[in-house]
Amino acid sequence: MPQDSSTVNINGTSDANTYDAIVVGSGVSGGWAAKELSEKGLKVLMLERGRDIKHIEGYVNANKGPWEFPHRGGRTQEMIKEYPVLKRDYPLNETNLDYWVKDSESPYTEIKRFDWFRGYHVGGRSLTWGRQSYRWSDLDFEANAKDGFGVDWPIRYKDIAPWYDYVERYAGISGSKEGLSQLPDGQFLPPMDMTCVEKDVAARIKEKYKGARTMIIGRTANLTVPFDQHGRSCQFRNKCWLGCPYGGYFSTQSCTLPAATKTGNLTLRPWSIVTRVLYDKDTKKATGVEVLDAETMKTYEYKAKIVFLNASALNSTWVLFNSATDIWPEGLGSSSGELGHNVMDHHLGVGAAGLVEGYEDKYYFGRRANGIYIPRYQNIGSDKRDYLRGFGYQGGGSRQGYSRSAEEVALGVALKETLSQPGSWTMNIGGFGEVLPYHENRIFLDKSTYSDKLEQFNDPVTGKDLGMRPVPDKNGKQRVDKWGLPVLAFDVEWKENERKMRKDMLNDAVEMLETAGVKNISSRDGDGTMGRGIHEMGTARMGKDPKTSVLNKWNQVWDAQNVFITDGACMTSGACVNPSLTYMALTARAADHAVSELKKGNL
Amino acid sequence: MNRRDALSRVALILGGTVIGANVFLDGCKPADKKATDAAFTADDITFLDEVAETIIPETDTPGAKAAAVGSFMTVMVNDCYTPADQQIFKQGMNLLKEASDKKFSKSFMDVSAEQKTELLNEIDKEAKDYMANKKEEDPAHYFRMMKELTLLGYFTSEPGATKALNYVLVPGKYEGCISYNKGDRAWAL
Repeated sequence: MPQDSSTVNINGTSDANTYDAIVVGSGVSGGWAAKELSEKGLKVLMLERGRDIKHIEGYVNANKGPWEFPHRGGRTQEMIKEYPVLKRDYPLNETNLDYWVKDSESPYTEIKRFDWFRGYHVGGRSLTWGRQSYRWSDLDFEANAKDGFGVDWPIRYKDIAPWYDYVERYAGISGSKEGLSQLPDGQFLPPMDMTCVEKDVAARIKEKYKGARTMIIGRTANLTVPFDQHGRSCQFRNKCWLGCPYGGYFSTQSCTLPAATKTGNLTLRPWSIVTRVLYDKDTKKATGVEVLDAETMKTYEYKAKIVFLNASALNSTWVLFNSATDIWPEGLGSSSGELGHNVMDHHLGVGAAGLVEGYEDKYYFGRRANGIYIPRYQNIGSDKRDYLRGFGYQGGGSRQGYSRSAEEVALGVALKETLSQPGSWTMNIGGFGEVLPYHENRIFLDKSTYSDKLEQFNDPVTGKDLGMRPVPDKNGKQRVDKWGLPVLAFDVEWKENERKMRKDMLNDAVEMLETAGVKNISSRDGDGTMGRGIHEMGTARMGKDPKTSVLNKWNQVWDAQNVFITDGACMTSGACVNPSLTYMALTARAADHAVSELKKGNL
Repeated sequence: MNRRDALSRVALILGGTVIGANVFLDGCKPADKKATDAAFTADDITFLDEVAETIIPETDTPGAKAAAVGSFMTVMVNDCYTPADQQIFKQGMNLLKEASDKKFSKSFMDVSAEQKTELLNEIDKEAKDYMANKKEEDPAHYFRMMKELTLLGYFTSEPGATKALNYVLVPGKYEGCISYNKGDRAWAL
């Protein structure tokens, strides 16, 4: 990577490493920050710690047939050994392995088990995400104030609603208007179809619960109609996570990066690990960032008036831990004692599925990259539970394929003919539950020392094999990653409220499927743990008071008001809905505020 | 469909158990070195092709042999199975050959297609009974493995996916509720 002689900086400074704004991270929120800031006329440097993946040309597996994968998309024993964390769930497979972080390069310490699945490349997890996009309501924003967990959000729905409008219109979110107060409608593209069985199940649920519960089509960042000047649209191939050559869903590559690039104001620098924010204690502002080039291992300093940290929740906080430590030993933003605390996720792995009789003369055309959604109904109205907050369900109803058992069919021609036709309909739902903001759930820099030896690490709760980890040793060395940088330690777990909620998630799932006439219902309470939602939130929360929060209502770090954090780190509570749409809205709102403040001379 | 909560895409669910896509490496059980050290030979692949072809024969569309399922099975066993499951699979190949010798006094490769089918259906039943009654920690039956790999290998092969099933690379649209006539091919993906 050449020194930045290629930087075009016409803002009047002579320093090639000076910009108006620096954006750390190029995922969902980083891409939005880069777009908004560059469209508002700022010269923006977007720093991505990993490699570039170019739209379309970088999606090397997107058009492959299943036979073009040696293990038909599966995982080998070698992969399992090399990826002790990624192996714990679906992300470890051969179709997009290089869209996920290699655990051995970027280790972390699990005081308690935390499955951390990351994407360190341009686009981040906006390439691999599930694209479900739901608005929060005041049910969520008021939750902390009402039940006393965490601190009050410094904003309400009315503050973010116009920004939801804004980002939905630009990103393209398909969905149906339902008029649900707990799940506000958005600016939608036409919704995807439900299958016949889903429609039937939805109708029965609505009837049985007298409208208190609904099953709707998922709201997803897939373009159901030709969109923007390129006419991009979803082709219903259901291979989004391989990258979409049609630009059919929202990602940095398909949406925000082209917009930012078009302005001529953006410089994108991959292989750039931001190691700390540079801070001037006299002005009480960040002056820029320090970057470690991930390929050359050289260090660079970049200056800017504004810094947006969008490195993904836990990594943005990691950057703060390493910043201004001469003033605050626990890092920039630690003065409240909340930096690194209040780690949240969505807990999942609980649900039910079964067979649906009938509808043998019905099928579907195309592969829908979406499912159904049952919005939260617990602790709403008269539906009171013995736990706080609640959960929603995702799922779907489809016909079995060749992998069904067909045990009654003899091998040979009969089996081939049977399995070449679709099987029974099945219906499946799985819950996504809110995790409370517990102060004790925290990440911190692992300053313990370890020997070179490894020991087997089993989940203290379930005994499952979690891989090997270094043996603690008083006379050993601190753990570092491939680049010699300190690693995070996780002391995070779900607690009683989550456990109680999970019981309900299971019972309600079974009950609803029974109501819908589903047969042979089996429930599951799978290998769930913190991190499995892949919705890490918290650690640098927004709040009203600098004594109990890291960020103010505009996502500015109280202790360095030209530093903005708009990824998951900023979240004061977790709700039960997929968070990325909220990150987009918060980012656009904060960027607007940042530029306005800059123009007023306040930053 | 959300990948996350969907049943595993690769590992098949035949009667509820999943083989060969172990989410967790539950510790490698010490393997019988004799069985697992021997690599698959060309003869093994020919044999497995015949087993697979018996399960999914050629009809008006190609069968498992034309889809090179035998070779695919060896790749999966070599790369994706634990040493314990590799051993069971390889021992299973011997058990299957012995069963043919016992039933027909002839090797599996030499009996007729009808006899192959008859034998494998018997073993399939034996496997079903075993799987239904075994303890959770007991290993899978070798024939369950062979059948699972055959179905996976065939229906994701190019001939299988494009001829036996209906393979549409770019649907371009989604219709949630359309008519289906019995006998129409299922979607390949």
